[in-house]
Amino acid sequence: MSDNVQKLVDLLPQLGEGILVTLQLTIAGAVLALIIAFILGLGSRARTRWARVPSRVVVEFFRGTSLVVQIFWLYYVLPLPPFYVELDPLACGIIALGLNYGAYAAEVVRGSINSVPTGQWEAATALDLGGVHRLRRVILPQAWPLMMPMFTNLLIQLVKGSALAAYITLHDINFFIGELRKGTTDTVFAYTVGLLLYFVFAYALTLLMNALEARAKHKVGQGPSLREVLRLTPARTAGTEVRS
Amino acid sequence: MPDNDTTPAIEFQGVGKRFGDNVVLDGLNFTVAKGDRVTLIGPSGSGKTTILRLLMTLEEANDGLILVDGQPYTHEIRGGKRVAISEKRRSLVRRRVGMVFQQFNLFPNMSVLENIIEAPIHVLGIPKAQAVARAEDLLEKVGLADKRDARCTQLSGGQQQRVAIARALAMEPEILLLDEVTSALDPELVADVLGVLRNIAETTDITMLIVTHEMQFAREVSNRVLMFDGGKIIEEAHPEAIFTSPEHERTQEFLRAVL
Repeated sequence: MSDNVQKLVDLLPQLGEGILVTLQLTIAGAVLALIIAFILGLGSRARTRWARVPSRVVVEFFRGTSLVVQIFWLYYVLPLPPFYVELDPLACGIIALGLNYGAYAAEVVRGSINSVPTGQWEAATALDLGGVHRLRRVILPQAWPLMMPMFTNLLIQLVKGSALAAYITLHDINFFIGELRKGTTDTVFAYTVGLLLYFVFAYALTLLMNALEARAKHKVGQGPSLREVLRLTPARTAGTEVRS
Repeated sequence: MPDNDTTPAIEFQGVGKRFGDNVVLDGLNFTVAKGDRVTLIGPSGSGKTTILRLLMTLEEANDGLILVDGQPYTHEIRGGKRVAISEKRRSLVRRRVGMVFQQFNLFPNMSVLENIIEAPIHVLGIPKAQAVARAEDLLEKVGLADKRDARCTQLSGGQQQRVAIARALAMEPEILLLDEVTSALDPELVADVLGVLRNIAETTDITMLIVTHEMQFAREVSNRVLMFDGGKIIEEAHPEAIFTSPEHERTQEFLRAVL
């Protein structure tokens, strides 16, 4: 066992590299997913068919195809004729994660916007707040806290999905686990460390997202402020508004 | 507005509204003069609220025309055909109409002050300092000057509704639509809201369309009462007349039930 630990210590620089790559995939993938989610989510609600139909098709396509196949397709198929597009493996990973989870998140965006009470839309209309302004200043600030818990879920899934990047030559956490197994020849040790690494990584993100969720809720007058909530429990869903 | 301006504030010309097979309004004609305070009464489902919602473009009429200050609002006749008016033109009329809702509908992501100044700044283009000053005056008027920076979710229903009234007035509307504004309030909070509205009625010349079950309030504030039944006006009179000696049998029945 002490040999294993020694080996782990020896491989720490590689672990650092692995965490960095997974972090890059996660952050860039999540940012891309978020952008795609808003474009497709808002597109799915558009009044014109020219925006709605393509949005729906893209969402259904990327939700309905396997992430592994998407990554392999970007990495192995795009460089072939007739495409001849050779992407950096990191870019392949980020694009595949962004498209796949963006398609899921688009449904979150759409559903959350639809969940904002009709009265809010009507009050905005009554004040003659036009389409974009109404969305930006009234509807989205209220839809945002509804999206957060579901975004947290998707982000965790994205982290785990990012492990596929090791199969397109990226040296991420998953790749490091393989190296650790080869180095120690102790499969149980290596994969148990692997489980823990992903868990810690994902849990750190969960805490961050819970904080963001609490902040978002507080901004629409629900729940305590971020300062009051900085502890390890998820933010309360019920509002604490005082009505008399 | 000049005294000799006789263009009606609101004119409905043969307005029809259906929800599926359910005919809510059927060829409705009526006009509201500038400065009139008109109360719409009638059983639920008689189309009163739909009239307010049509005037706020929250619903779209299936037939007929709605004119505001003599201008077509949502549809106009062009080449003998009824055609929809562009959103841009609707918007110019819409900003002259304000509405207060049964459920207040304040924006929970904004403070009380922000709720009031949002549209004046972004829709009317009023400078912020001026919008804030005006909002503070209005909060004073509705008795909530001290709640300027409060969150709406921290206010009582009655307070929220008074903020909603201030928010509507901040747009300086020519027409104010009041849709059962006290129905969602606890009884002891109703008086404050009605007091605010009475004050507005006395100190401004805003045209008001009121849907309410508060008959005493209707009697004090309005100068005309329209009794609706089945999407039609079945009786129209001065409040004193209609509340003391209604002519139509349905009106008599309705008033017996609510008074």
